[in-house]
Amino acid sequence: MEDIKSEETNVAEQKDEENKICLEKMEEAKLKAKYPHLGNKPGGSDLLRKRLQKGPKYFDSGDYNMAKAKIKNKQLPAAQTEKAEITGDHIPTPQDLPQRKTSLVASKLAG
Amino acid sequence: MAGVGGGNDFQWCFSQVKGAIDEDVAEADIISTVEFNYSGELLATGDKGGRVVIFQREQESKNRPLSRGEYNVYSTFQSHEPEFDYLKSLEIEEKINKIRWLPQQNAAHFLLSTNDKTIKLWKISERDKRAEGYNLKDEDGRLRDPFRITSLRVPVLMPMDLMVEASPRRIFANAHTYHINSISVNSDYETYLSADDLRINLWHLEITDRSFNIVDIKPANMEELTEVITAAECHPHQCNVFVYSSSKGTIRLCDMRAAALCDRHSKFFEEPEDPSSRSFFSEIISSISDVKFSHSGRYMMTRDYLSVKVWDLNMENRPVETYQVHEYLRSKLCSLYENDCIFDKFECCWNGSDSAIMTGSYNNFFRMFDRNTRRDITLEASRESSKPRAMLKPRKVCTGGKRKKDEISVDSLDFNKKILHTAWHPKENVIAVAATNNLYIFQDKMN
Repeated sequence: MEDIKSEETNVAEQKDEENKICLEKMEEAKLKAKYPHLGNKPGGSDLLRKRLQKGPKYFDSGDYNMAKAKIKNKQLPAAQTEKAEITGDHIPTPQDLPQRKTSLVASKLAG
Repeated sequence: MAGVGGGNDFQWCFSQVKGAIDEDVAEADIISTVEFNYSGELLATGDKGGRVVIFQREQESKNRPLSRGEYNVYSTFQSHEPEFDYLKSLEIEEKINKIRWLPQQNAAHFLLSTNDKTIKLWKISERDKRAEGYNLKDEDGRLRDPFRITSLRVPVLMPMDLMVEASPRRIFANAHTYHINSISVNSDYETYLSADDLRINLWHLEITDRSFNIVDIKPANMEELTEVITAAECHPHQCNVFVYSSSKGTIRLCDMRAAALCDRHSKFFEEPEDPSSRSFFSEIISSISDVKFSHSGRYMMTRDYLSVKVWDLNMENRPVETYQVHEYLRSKLCSLYENDCIFDKFECCWNGSDSAIMTGSYNNFFRMFDRNTRRDITLEASRESSKPRAMLKPRKVCTGGKRKKDEISVDSLDFNKKILHTAWHPKENVIAVAATNNLYIFQDKMN
């Protein structure tokens, strides 16, 4: 049965594949245009490490004071833009903190 | 239109919707997992607020033979609470990542629920009788003066209003450094696995102070990290076999008889890719967000960002079936990366006979594929089509050029309305679809 599959379908499938690749590369070009400093390895360890650290990081007075002592007169590093790396030196400041959670109530699915 | 998942006369109809109607969605109400139990009698949901709600199907009544049993609230409880890791200054979310039922072995029901760090075994039991006529205390609980008791009586069991109680029977904690993404009950009904980004542990359901590490992909130097574990599942029949998927789009099947530490896989599933066709997005969109064995145990299904693939366990070099979920998003990858949607983790599920598969998409759309007829359908979970037993109309996204009536253009899709979690009743054509904070239940028209 496989032999009966026409040449046309094979060509069409190939065109589909090429289209797909084309679309992706176009989207990649768009992204690079907006964020020129983005590294070439998106799946690399930076992205993964960001993923491993998922979750809000709270203010730690120990870290904060040590960082302040290191930098002395300079300003603390400002909050990074979303697309840059989160490095170990990013000390959360009180401004970075998310709001505290509200108290626990019953689920609305049960109401 | 002929339906998917059943015969030609098949049609999906609205059955129920649960949850608040208002537009303002509280983060805690966002449903994070949906799971039927083995019989389909119970349907559990977990949410970001750490709560579990269990629905039970009503017995079919003779008065209304046309409407299948509805699901009503059976029990609800707070499974997990927010915690704080003081050492790392990190908050541990109470969000329920997964719920997995245990097969029922007595009158009570058991389920496992997990957040990022801790798995809990919950017992849900019914109480419909209470003892009355105690000797040592009054009906209101006050102790009777023993010297006043002149005769003995035997307490009698009297019926009472049904009370459903949930109690935590086991707490499996402190075994995961990274965030738990999967739990899976083994077919031996004695053990289960839990997987985080870098490790998989095997537990015994009775033992909480010990767990075996069976997979560890943490590199000695974290700078060399190239992939993480995204999902894991036990084989439905072979208690020595499990699979885990990775962020690089590969699946490894492991056999626990081969070694204590299953770092070396028995089978490695990967679809070959032409290196020249790789783009910045290739690896991200190939990351597998869910892996599910078929009920038969012969196949497994994986979900990546744009497609669902069915693999034959006997063939490692490519999937046997590939279904496009929303191919039109390929031309939107740049903005989907910017708004983080490209990292959304969609789940997928099989129907009871493995003849159909279902997965979610954006705009509250969800897709079903019939493996036999190769037909597919897009449906929408929306309050607008929520009249009882209303038939669902198929939806279509138009990619460009002329938009036909009733079609929706790619640019009009609401990417905040994502359907990440769906579940299919193990025996019947009943499906549960979580749309943010609402739970929709759909059934087939034929009874």
